[in-house]
Amino acid sequence: MSKPIRGRYALDQKQAPLYEALVEFRKRRMVSFDVPGHKQGRGNEELTAFLGKQCLSVDVNAMKMLDSLIHPSGVIADAQQLAADAFGADSCFFLVNGTTSAVQAMILSSCSPGDKIIMPRNVHRSAINALILSRAVPVYVNPSVNQKLGIPLGMAVEDVASAIGAHPDAKAILVNNPTYYGVCADLKTLVELGHASGMRVLVDEAHGTHFYFSEELPLSGMEAGADMSAVSLHKTGGSLTQSSLLLLGQGVRNERGYIGQIINLTQTTSASYLLLASLDITRRNLALRGRSIYRRVIDYADYARNEINAIGGFDAFGAEKCDGRAFFAFDTCKLPVHTRAMGLSGVEVYDLLRDDYDIQIEFGDLHNFLAILSVGDRPVGIERLIAALADIRFTHGCEPASDLVSEYITPCVAMTPAEAFYSSSESLPFETSLGRIAAESVMCYPPGIPILAPGECVTQEALEYIRYAREMGSRMTGTEDPAVEHLQVVIE
Amino acid sequence: MELWFSEYHSADMKISFRVRRQLFSRHSGFQEIQVLDTEEYGRVLVMDGFIMLTEKDEFIYHEMITHVPMAVHPAVRKALVIGGGDGGTVRELCRYPEIEDIVMVEIDPMAVEVSRRYLPTVSLSFDDPRLTLIHEDGLRYVRRYHDVFDLIIVDSTDPFGPGESLFTREFYSNCRHALKEDGILVNQHEGPYFREDAEEAAAIYRKTSAIFPIAAVYQAHIPTYPAGHWLFGFMSSRYHPVRDLDPERWEKLGIETRYYNTALHAGAFALPTYVRRLLEKGEILDTVFRQAAIEDNGDE
Repeated sequence: MSKPIRGRYALDQKQAPLYEALVEFRKRRMVSFDVPGHKQGRGNEELTAFLGKQCLSVDVNAMKMLDSLIHPSGVIADAQQLAADAFGADSCFFLVNGTTSAVQAMILSSCSPGDKIIMPRNVHRSAINALILSRAVPVYVNPSVNQKLGIPLGMAVEDVASAIGAHPDAKAILVNNPTYYGVCADLKTLVELGHASGMRVLVDEAHGTHFYFSEELPLSGMEAGADMSAVSLHKTGGSLTQSSLLLLGQGVRNERGYIGQIINLTQTTSASYLLLASLDITRRNLALRGRSIYRRVIDYADYARNEINAIGGFDAFGAEKCDGRAFFAFDTCKLPVHTRAMGLSGVEVYDLLRDDYDIQIEFGDLHNFLAILSVGDRPVGIERLIAALADIRFTHGCEPASDLVSEYITPCVAMTPAEAFYSSSESLPFETSLGRIAAESVMCYPPGIPILAPGECVTQEALEYIRYAREMGSRMTGTEDPAVEHLQVVIE
Repeated sequence: MELWFSEYHSADMKISFRVRRQLFSRHSGFQEIQVLDTEEYGRVLVMDGFIMLTEKDEFIYHEMITHVPMAVHPAVRKALVIGGGDGGTVRELCRYPEIEDIVMVEIDPMAVEVSRRYLPTVSLSFDDPRLTLIHEDGLRYVRRYHDVFDLIIVDSTDPFGPGESLFTREFYSNCRHALKEDGILVNQHEGPYFREDAEEAAAIYRKTSAIFPIAAVYQAHIPTYPAGHWLFGFMSSRYHPVRDLDPERWEKLGIETRYYNTALHAGAFALPTYVRRLLEKGEILDTVFRQAAIEDNGDE
C-alpha cells in the first residue's frame, strides 16, 4: 500500500473564518433582540458562572455576519471549504447532531425505500436506525472473527465480493473503518470493488479522524476514493461533543444539493455556534499541527502497549495481529487490551478502573477493554492507567476463564429493520421470545453494536449471549422497556 | 523599595514574606522553581507559587517525615524516597548507619540542581554513597517492584502539578506491593484547615485506609505551611505507629533533633477533634463555619 503524503493543502489552513467572525461579533457588542433568550449570558447568571462569560457571549443565533448552517453562503461555507481541503475531500458539511446524523445522511441520500445496502452486521446503532428511516434493505456481510481475542474484525474483500455477486442491484456499501477496536479493512480494494459494480462506497469513519493527519496511520476514506465519509471530529480530534463532519468525494459532487436537503430533514435549525466554532478551530489545529500531535499520541499508545504487556496477564494487542485480510491494518492510537488470561472480563476491568481508580475508559466487553488515546492525552494519565492495571493484576487477577463466548452473533434476518420496527408488536419477557422476530434493537452500551436488530429472529445463541453479557456486568440498552427485561417482538 | 512574596493559602487568604532578593527563577519543564532570600525565613524554595521549604523551619517537616517511621521500624535497610528533590529527607535518612540503600526518585532534575546550588544545608547528603538518585515518575518507578523496601517516604508537592499521580489509589496500592511485608509508608498528607487542602487530606486518607490495615495520620506545627498545621500519613501492614514505637532503641542511636523526640512521637498522633472528623467523615471546617454565616445572614 502506498502511503499518502498528508498535510499538503491547496488553501491557507491558518485561517479560521467562523472563529474569526465570532471574535469580531464579540467586539461589536451587539444589542440582541433575537434568540437565544439568555442574551450573551446576562439572563442566566448561574449558567454563566458555570460555563464562563466567554462561552455564553458566542452562544448566538444565525445572523448575517455569522452565516447560517441551513444554507451556508458566508463564513460557514468558507470554513467548510477549508475543512474539505484539510481532509482531502471534494466538499464537506458541518454537522451538530453528532456523527449519527452523518451516517444517516450517507444512507438516506444513497438508498431509497427498498434499495439494498451491503454492510457488516457489527455496525453502530446509528446505521441500523438509518435503515429504519430509509427503509433500505441490509445485505449483511459477516465480519470475520478473531477467535483468540473474541472480537469481530473488518469485512474481508472476498466476502464483500460474493455479496456483490449475489446482490448486484445493491446501491451502496457501508464500511465501518476503523472498527471500535481499531481494526481496518482493505479499504482501497473495497472501494474499487464497489465502484466497479456501480455502487457507492460509504465509510463510517467515526473513530478515524486522525487518519487524515498522520502518514503513520492507515488509509482514510477520502484517500481510498470513497464517495462519502462520516468523520467524528469530536471523538479523537478535539472538537466539542456532538460536532461532526460529513465528507463528500468527487463521485457525489453533483449530489451535494440533494445531500444537503437530506441533512436538513433532521438537523436542527438552531445550530450551536459553540459546536460550529469548535469544528473550525479544531480543523485548523489538526491541519497545522496534527502530524506532530498524532506522532506523540502514537508514542504514548506504543509505550502503554509495551508496559501493559510487561505486567503479564494482559494482552495489549496491535499491528502484530494484522493478517492482510479482515484485519488489514491497525489504528495504533487505539489501545485495546485482551483480559481473558487474567480471569477477568473486560467489563470487570472497566468497572474496577472507574470505581477504584477514577480512570474512565471507553468500554469493556466480555474479553477486552478499550482505551482511546487522542489529542488530549498526557504522560501522567498513561502512567496512572498502567499502574492501575499492574495493581489490578496483583489484587484481582485469577485463573483464566475457559469458556470464550464470541463477540459476534450470526444474525438470522427475517424482515428488514423498517418492516419490523413499523409492524404491530407485543412485549415479551426475553426468555419467552425465542423464535420470534425482534421489533427493536438490544445492545451492550458501550460499544452500542446491536446483538439483535429489528427484523432478526431471536435465536438461542442471542439469548445466551445476552444472559452471559449481563452476568459479566455489561449494561444492556436499546429496548422500550427501561429495565431491558422485555423485548418488543413482531406480531405475525 | 519593598519587595514582597505572597503565597495564597486559599483564594481569600495569603501570607507574605519580605524578600531581600530573588536568587533563582526558571521553569523546569515540570514546574516553575524559585529561590528567594527572605528576611525572616532565610532562603525559601518556591514551586509553582507554593512554598516547599524555608531554611528556618524545614527541619520540622524533614524530621517528622523521617524519624517517626524510623523510630517504629526495628531495622530499615532499604529505603525509597519519592519526590523530595531538595534533599532534606535524604539528609535525615543518612543519619542512620543501619540503612544500607537509599533510592530517591525525583521526576525533576532541576529541583535537585537548584537545591545543591542554593540550599547547601538541605542538600548536603546528595553525595552519600548509599544514595541512588533516579529522575523518573514515581508511579512508574514503584509499580515495577515487589517486596523490596522497608520504608517508602512520599515527599511530594501538592496534588495539582507534577505530584498529581502520587495521590492516587494506584500509587498507594503499588507502594504496598513494593514494600516488604513489614514495611512502612509515610507521606506528606496535606493540611486540615483550608478547604482545598482539607478535601485532599480526606481523600488521601480514604484511599490509604482502604489499602493498608494500619493507616494513621499525625501532625506537626510548621509555621510556613498553610495555617501552620500540617499532616503526615503513616501506613503499614504490621507496625502500629505508637504501640510499636521503641523509644529506647531510637534514643540509643543518639540522633540529635530540634523538633522530633519520642515523647512528642505519641502526641503527634493525637489529633484535634475537627481533624478526626475531617478524616473519618470528610467534614470540612469551612462547611460548618459557612453554614453558620449563611444562617446568620438570613436569605443568602
